[in-house]
Amino acid sequence: MLNRLLNKFQHLGAITLHSFRRLGRGFLFLLEVLASCGSMFVRPSLLIKQLYSVGVQTLIIIVVAGLFVGMVMALQSYYALVDFGAEDSVGVMVALSLLRELGPVVTALLFAGRAGSALTAEIGLMKATEQLSGMEMMAVNPMQRIVAPRFLAGVISMPLLATIFSAVGVFGAYIVAVELLGLDSGAFWSQSQDKVDLYMDIYNGIIKSIVFGIVVAWIAVFEGYDCMPTSEGLGQATTRTVVHSSLAILFLDFVLTALMFTK
Amino acid sequence: MSDILIKIRDLHFSRGDRKVFDGLSLDIPRRGVTAIMGPSGTGKTTLLKLIGGQLKPDQGTIEVDGLDVQQLSTNELFALRRRMGMLFQSGALLTDLSVFENVAYPLREHTRLNESMIRYLVLLKLNAVGLRGAADLMPAELSGGMSRRVALARAIALDPMMIMYDEPFTGQDPISMGVLVALISELNSALDICSIIVSHDVPDTLSISDQVYIISTGKVVGSGSPDELKDSKSEWTHQFIHGDSDGPVPFHYPARPILNDLYGS
Repeated sequence: MLNRLLNKFQHLGAITLHSFRRLGRGFLFLLEVLASCGSMFVRPSLLIKQLYSVGVQTLIIIVVAGLFVGMVMALQSYYALVDFGAEDSVGVMVALSLLRELGPVVTALLFAGRAGSALTAEIGLMKATEQLSGMEMMAVNPMQRIVAPRFLAGVISMPLLATIFSAVGVFGAYIVAVELLGLDSGAFWSQSQDKVDLYMDIYNGIIKSIVFGIVVAWIAVFEGYDCMPTSEGLGQATTRTVVHSSLAILFLDFVLTALMFTK
Repeated sequence: MSDILIKIRDLHFSRGDRKVFDGLSLDIPRRGVTAIMGPSGTGKTTLLKLIGGQLKPDQGTIEVDGLDVQQLSTNELFALRRRMGMLFQSGALLTDLSVFENVAYPLREHTRLNESMIRYLVLLKLNAVGLRGAADLMPAELSGGMSRRVALARAIALDPMMIMYDEPFTGQDPISMGVLVALISELNSALDICSIIVSHDVPDTLSISDQVYIISTGKVVGSGSPDELKDSKSEWTHQFIHGDSDGPVPFHYPARPILNDLYGS
């Protein structure tokens, strides 16, 4: 009995040590990536290529998701607010929800699923096929040529995608609220303009999405670079990217919201 | 200039609890083909990675062209690697670049040559491996043997002082094998450099080697010219060179007597 209990504790200790060791390795990796980002000024073409692959190719899912999220929110808000005769506030409610929370969070979750997992798989496969080793032996630093451009592209793309998500979401809400439900267009826009604050809502939302961009891109490139170079290791790494990124996004969203929106 | 290009002394290296090298020492001459042979899992590829500075030994020294690889800064190590070529078992071609761009890659990274000069050099290197006509193909369109030849063209792009070949003959059909054997031998003679072949393919490797080291259990267990090894009195070397199924390396993995296993005891 005592032995079994001790074994459990030992197992728990081993998992904790492994997790902290990995976290430490991840932080050192991040420092190395940040130190390698300067090379992008020498070869901007690498960054531009990744911006297309990471950012532009994620655009469709972001636009479609943003449109439907905005439309659904407008419907739900309308049904809740119409009982109080406050249906004219649908626009502002949707805009604030999108700019403060849903824009950055849903974009980051979608980004982790679409681009994050692709980044991990791509870097992991390069590791498994010895392409990274090959670059090292050609005296080319893969941190500068492979990891840094992908990391920076993720960080730059995220706030842009989140902004597009929110803008398309507001447009989707406009279609439902004004065109379908017949609310007044002037009230929709003027209330939104009146209640949405540039610093409090828009800037804070952008700050959130930048933080999410750093975290998702970091996790994605680290998992790819650190994965076991086997098909099983690669599968586990892509899964970890999506799971860890999603949890980190939701946790950080709570922390940032608590810091940003205190009264 | 010393005739010895690579000097390894008292090398110890472990992976987890497993000792890969346990006091390995060997010298590799500046010119000619040196083969490093041994059974699977003896750390032949690990040795190449240690020479290239991709791994750090637990103990001992590795000197390449008079430089202690472990003591070099990152910049110095990269400067040394520019004078090394390495052919990976898989080829390790960059899959998003064409054959031409793969060979041009080290030239673009490390030289300021203009485009016409790069084109000239790349086509010459590809011609040397017989794949000038495949310049526009992508790596996915190449066979295994062709991939290795392209990787070989890339490895010689910067005219290195040495080339390391990691299992160049594994999984090749007889024609590809013949092509690779001839290429390695001819390139070594033409460029007058040091070639290190890591392989367990005995006949083909011995046919082009000037010197051979056989490693096992973390140490050198046999060395000399191919002829000397063929006539070696060492039972171990004899078993490896002639591919005997039983000998110092037993056919059976250590186990209890079979009757005990079949009927219990």
